[in-house]
Amino acid sequence: MKLNGARILLECLKREGVDTIFGYPGGTVINLYDELFSFKEIRHILPRHEQAGVHAADGYARATGKVGVAIATSGPGATNTITGIATAYMDSIPMVIITGQVPTALIGNDAFQEADIIGITRPCTKHNFLVKDVKDLATIMKKAFYIARTGRPGPVVVDLPKDVQIAQTEFHYPDSVEIRGYKPTVEGHPKQIEKAVAMIMQAKKPVIYVGGGVILGNASAEMVAVAKRLGIPVTTTLMGLGSYPENDPNSLGLLGMHGTYYANMAVSHCDVLIAIGARFDDRVTGKIASFAPHAKIVHVDVDPTSIKKNVRVDLPIVGDVRDVLAKMLKVADEIGPDAKACQAALAPWIAEIDEWKTKHPMTYKQSSTVIKPQYVIQRLRALSDPDAIVATDVGQHQMWTAQFFGFTAPRTLLSSGGLGTMGFGLPAAMGAQAGFPERQVIVVCGDGGFQMNMQELATIVQNRLNVKIVILNNNFLGMVRQWQELFFDKRYSSTCMELPIDFIKLAEAFGATGLQATKVEQVDEVIKKGFATNGPVLMEFKVAREEKVLPMVPAGASLTEMVLAS
Amino acid sequence: MRHTIAVLVENEFGVLSRVVGLFSGRGFNIDSLTVAPTNDEALSRITLVTRGDEQIIEQITKQLNKLIDVIKVIDFEPEHAIEREMVLVKVSAEEQSRAEVLRIADIFRAKVIDVTPKSYTLEATGAPAKVSAMVELLRPLGLKELVSTGPVVIGRGAKAWKG
Repeated sequence: MKLNGARILLECLKREGVDTIFGYPGGTVINLYDELFSFKEIRHILPRHEQAGVHAADGYARATGKVGVAIATSGPGATNTITGIATAYMDSIPMVIITGQVPTALIGNDAFQEADIIGITRPCTKHNFLVKDVKDLATIMKKAFYIARTGRPGPVVVDLPKDVQIAQTEFHYPDSVEIRGYKPTVEGHPKQIEKAVAMIMQAKKPVIYVGGGVILGNASAEMVAVAKRLGIPVTTTLMGLGSYPENDPNSLGLLGMHGTYYANMAVSHCDVLIAIGARFDDRVTGKIASFAPHAKIVHVDVDPTSIKKNVRVDLPIVGDVRDVLAKMLKVADEIGPDAKACQAALAPWIAEIDEWKTKHPMTYKQSSTVIKPQYVIQRLRALSDPDAIVATDVGQHQMWTAQFFGFTAPRTLLSSGGLGTMGFGLPAAMGAQAGFPERQVIVVCGDGGFQMNMQELATIVQNRLNVKIVILNNNFLGMVRQWQELFFDKRYSSTCMELPIDFIKLAEAFGATGLQATKVEQVDEVIKKGFATNGPVLMEFKVAREEKVLPMVPAGASLTEMVLAS
Repeated sequence: MRHTIAVLVENEFGVLSRVVGLFSGRGFNIDSLTVAPTNDEALSRITLVTRGDEQIIEQITKQLNKLIDVIKVIDFEPEHAIEREMVLVKVSAEEQSRAEVLRIADIFRAKVIDVTPKSYTLEATGAPAKVSAMVELLRPLGLKELVSTGPVVIGRGAKAWKG
């Protein structure tokens, strides 16, 4: 039977196991939406802005591990997706974004709502496709999903002209596709793995440095097993938080610009650094020349371009992190001393780290008169469900969440790491809630970032996505203000959010519940009430206005040059 | 260090812009670039000349390989490859220099492909170093215009390099 392109697209999505999509209709996707009207197997959620739709699909993908799908119309609809796509690209999130396009005959004519979205998204997608013939559509969709989820994942754009949605052809969905230019390396080289394990076992001061690749590659269990087997302490990047339980004694927490004192000291003094699914971002390394100066570096990553991009690597292993870690464990059992002996051998190193931990633990100065933002984060952890998913926006609150929440499971922190996109948090939480209707989903925002996508309160309420919204309100664009305080002589240029907003009324205007805490003793009360209330709740906490995120390694300084909390 | 890199790509629209966009987006240099279909119509071959230290060249080849439409990348070592480029040069040729231009053309086995009372246009093919040597000799005589294909490169020996 012949189907039109719009229907074929939906059939492809169904066969890829897609159950939820986020999209915004318009002139060049109206045929697609007409098919969707009677296509009941896919839940469609209408955001209030295409950027938020893509962030929602991104949050859905980060939380569930499945490919996120978003739809936008041509021209402005498509250009509105760019920030969302670039965010997903920087954090390697598997997504397929479908954009409408003007009819093929009009492409290049500056038609109404035409934009060269293939050209525009080329540098921020893993790959993109313009479908010129309906006969190619099914194969292109198969390729798009295959590319998005394999290797180093990433967003893929499929640009679908209006006439291709209308044109008909026989539908056949291929079982697999062969792309001769795309063969991701899955299996790590056995000799390299053996060499790595031998090198690690000889180390006296090893540290494991874990990035988002371990979470994306569903390799947390294997990574924890390797770390435990060899007795090695673990530090994670922002994107890696949750992969190693932070309540474990060998957890060093976050490293880098706002990392813990002991993580940065351990990395700066280690003799072997084992980087797994990480990419040595400048926010992690600080000054490259003095990063891990005494260490031999083992780097495991599925993407060969990540290796030796920023730092020298002594032992590269290209492969799927889960595969490589499983093999490392096997090799360790074959060649090495047992777990007890490994732990005993590293006792002096662990003792040295413990001294750093005692000297400068993660801390802040509590106050009885004003709410400290860090305190709110700690209380959120204490009062939330153990499997709660926490999305953040970008800025100070994001770092406090990373520092003080204490993540213990993968895919429980959703945060824009690479691009650092303000406005990400609320729609990402919305997407995660769509993926897990029964789990508690919390979003921690600043007052600045919240306002960048607050129109999504409408989507949240309309679709009964019961997100618990936490706003740490300091009436500042706090992270920029912090930099202005430290490096620009307190010249607070355009960082004061002068207009006081009544967030409670705002929540109520959308049909959500609004709560506010202005005193320390109200914090628990508001959180408890917020979590106990059915439906979406906005909880505003008026926090210490000029609180800083510490420790802090100034941009371009070495990791050992930290500004510490007194 | 100068490197001549050959890139075998899908012969499809937009592939060249992916390659060029990669270079501009990541701040890599392109000294020259040529592209044309190969004996297999489904494939095009790009030859590009770039510069950089070992780490940069490694990143360039890795990043090229990462593009979905790129099938193979070879960073040719000069001793294992033959490089050729063609230049067309318009050079002034009046009284005293007229004979000298022809002498130089003869030495480099260049062909005169257009002639006027005031100029010669020469066609020369050869290894890039040889071609540029000729150009440098012509320059003081009044080089008016130069157009070059940029080098193309092929491996030595019987073995062919296919998709």
